[in-house]
Amino acid sequence: MQTAQLAMNQMAVPSAVKPREYLTFRLGAEEYGIDILKVQEIRGYEQPTRIANAPSFIKGVVNLRGVIVPIVDLRLRFGLGSAEYNSFTVVIILNVGGRVIGVVVDSVSDVLELPPDAVRDAPEMSAVVESSYILGLGTVGDRMLILMDIEQLIMSPEMAIIG
Amino acid sequence: MSETTSTTGAGGGADFDLTQFYQVFFEEAGENLANMETLLLHVDVTSPDDEDLNAIFRCAHSIKGGAATFGFQDVADLTHVMETLLDRLRRHELALHAGMVDVLLESGDTLRGLLGRHQGVTDVVIDASELVARIRAHADGSAAPAAPAAVKVVVPAAPDVVAAPAAAPVPAAAAVPAAAPAAGGARLLTITVGPLDQPALADNLADLFNEIPGLGTIERLDDGTPDAGGLRRFKVSTTSGDDDLLDLFSFHVAREKVVIAPLQACAPVAAEPAATAPGTVAARPAEPAAAKPAAAPSADDGYGFFVDVEAQKEQVRQQKAAAAQAEAEAEPVVEPPAAPAPTGAPAPAARPARGDKQAAVDSATLRVSVEKVDQLINLVGELVITQAMLAQTGRNLDPIAHQQLMGSLVDLERNTRALQESVMAIRMIPMAVVFNRFPRMLRDLAGKLGKQVELHTIGEATELDKGMVEKITDPLTHLVRNALDHGIELPAERVAKGKPASGSITLAAEHKGGSIAIEVRDDGRGLSREKIYRKAQERGLPVHDQMTDHEVFQLIFEPGFSTADQVTDVSGRGVGMDVVRRNILALGGTVDLDSAEGYGMRVTVRLPLTLAIMDGMSVAVGEETYILPLASVVESIKLDEQYIKSVAGSNRVIEVREEFLPVVALDEVFSVPRFEDQAGGGIMIVIEAEGSRVALLVDELVGQQQVVVKNLEANYRKVPGVSGATILGDGRVALILNVGQLVRRARH
Repeated sequence: MQTAQLAMNQMAVPSAVKPREYLTFRLGAEEYGIDILKVQEIRGYEQPTRIANAPSFIKGVVNLRGVIVPIVDLRLRFGLGSAEYNSFTVVIILNVGGRVIGVVVDSVSDVLELPPDAVRDAPEMSAVVESSYILGLGTVGDRMLILMDIEQLIMSPEMAIIG
Repeated sequence: MSETTSTTGAGGGADFDLTQFYQVFFEEAGENLANMETLLLHVDVTSPDDEDLNAIFRCAHSIKGGAATFGFQDVADLTHVMETLLDRLRRHELALHAGMVDVLLESGDTLRGLLGRHQGVTDVVIDASELVARIRAHADGSAAPAAPAAVKVVVPAAPDVVAAPAAAPVPAAAAVPAAAPAAGGARLLTITVGPLDQPALADNLADLFNEIPGLGTIERLDDGTPDAGGLRRFKVSTTSGDDDLLDLFSFHVAREKVVIAPLQACAPVAAEPAATAPGTVAARPAEPAAAKPAAAPSADDGYGFFVDVEAQKEQVRQQKAAAAQAEAEAEPVVEPPAAPAPTGAPAPAARPARGDKQAAVDSATLRVSVEKVDQLINLVGELVITQAMLAQTGRNLDPIAHQQLMGSLVDLERNTRALQESVMAIRMIPMAVVFNRFPRMLRDLAGKLGKQVELHTIGEATELDKGMVEKITDPLTHLVRNALDHGIELPAERVAKGKPASGSITLAAEHKGGSIAIEVRDDGRGLSREKIYRKAQERGLPVHDQMTDHEVFQLIFEPGFSTADQVTDVSGRGVGMDVVRRNILALGGTVDLDSAEGYGMRVTVRLPLTLAIMDGMSVAVGEETYILPLASVVESIKLDEQYIKSVAGSNRVIEVREEFLPVVALDEVFSVPRFEDQAGGGIMIVIEAEGSRVALLVDELVGQQQVVVKNLEANYRKVPGVSGATILGDGRVALILNVGQLVRRARH
């Protein structure tokens, strides 16, 4: 399944073309959507092995079926107050840029299909996520989704994942 | 009749893509070349061993066969003349001399170049014609000088017939009619195939002749268009018996559909097989002689397939016996065997005998891609982790209530270990693979530098991971080159110093614990402390008078350091030793150097056996577990705080066995969180890397275990002080410490 996922990612659409299906999750008060094709799986949180002298939002590394996967807490990355870890905390395992990386968010909501006309360009706004990682805004009923370019975010130098 | 040879080229590829086999051919050719080179270098010029000569011949022959199949004409042509020379050598028609070895070695290089071009590695066009001419000259040797013409070949006397391979692949047509009747034992046949539903199947028969060297030649009589009945006719020249042909043909068409009839008397084409397939036909001394009786009976033989099967089997047996007997006699000119086969051609019967032996050798090894092996290793790694998890879970169970389960767990552990070892062993290859390239290199270099050197190798059978072997080759090459270029003196200088004129370089490999130690020793001039010291000062490297010899010698590993008075094209460009050291450190190894001026120098490289699995010692600091490579652990001691002394404020040292070691507290390096009341650093582990030691403070020694090394950088980045990660028995990740970095950090 992993290889199939990888193959799909390699064919993934360039970020200019907006994806159709989004995985939505909450970060603080905001709801975000990321391209479902970048998501490998969702699993429960387990205590990672701490990596010395890494930024605080890098929680460490875990063993995902024999693969060493770093875990990033997006709540800490964007300074959203206290990040608690309990049995409801989930990790989204992403497959971006040929790497497998886990991100911790507040909660995962659902998978939504957004027709292109439901996505508007994002205005200059003050979301917790820097605007350069925002693809646009999507509306579904009365919900508003901030569509995030998760690959750009993860691969950015501030993330300190790519050395 | 020269046109009959036209189908032996690169034909037959029209409906069948050969490119997929190119890689296999290139690999095999490379191995054959390496093998040939080794043999050539070891051959005793004055009294060469027959087995060696045969082996060298086989190498050239295999390459030629493949090259011809794939249509690499230049390679085939060159190997062809090599084969001619080698063939005469192994039949003692020529005496081997050093010039021949040189020219054959040179041919090996040229072949490598030619193959490289076909492979697309280089685009240097190599003209081998001059080389070919030289080999020919050697091959002619005492024999008639005008070997290229097939005319010379077809004199009735048997030895000359065997010299036929000296001919160019396409013999002069005019030569053929002059052939003596008995010469090659070839027969001209008409083969009619059909009627067939798919006449194209018959074309496969033509391909058979292209694929099987020595089978003979085939030519279509109808220009590709089957006649009304769907019949196809071929003209065939072969030494093989009808039965053998039918056996071969039956791969493609039913036996009943093939009719073999003699076209005419065999004599005119006698030279053909020798010219088209010199390798196999001339390969056996037995053949020319054995072929004699074949000529006459072959007329009957045309109907061989009507003979009943039992009779034919009996024939084959007799032929084999005859051939074996003939082969046993070394002289090429042998009388017809005492018990000649009643019918049929003995020559092909001799071939299976040799063929069987080769097949046995081939089937003993299996060519598998490294990727597949690595996948296997990864899977076994997973299995080992799962097994460790199960074992840990099992320890919490009541052994009485779960007796059977416990037993199974023990079995599982044993089997898993055995499996892991076997799988790792697949990747292990002997050091000989690396060592074998040096005799040739030194031979060439010594010639260029006007030096004399003998190479001794020890422990060639020592095995090392394939990945390691590939990576260690370059650094070792550099060290060996240095030893000859900088170490070994010129013969006159050596004699003046009272040493033997010929220098000696020794390569030694041996297993030491979990690592391999490779030594490069020479008995040359050694390192000069003075010279290095001066050079280091000029280069602005930090030096002082109190440095020990050993410390001074280590300076040559510094970037940009070269002591060669004269920059040669061999070494001495100053990019040497630092690169060597860097490469070896990158492999998790160490390099050390020792020298006595005037007596030589010794470089010792220590490497882990494999990069995939490591013997580790797990240590606990606070709540965390880290793995230390066991190879770097010298000793562990219960810490007595009073021996720790402060130096210049924050730096601490500890006295261990009359040596002051810098102290590294792991919890400080990795800023391990601790509870208020928790005191750390109860255990001191002395670790060693790059020749220096430090004392590492940890809380606890947890245990010793084999760990599967995982790459941290696959999904994350490099972490200072950490070389990788592994998965513990409970499924959690533990980081593996980079001892080299920790030591360097403490030392500077």
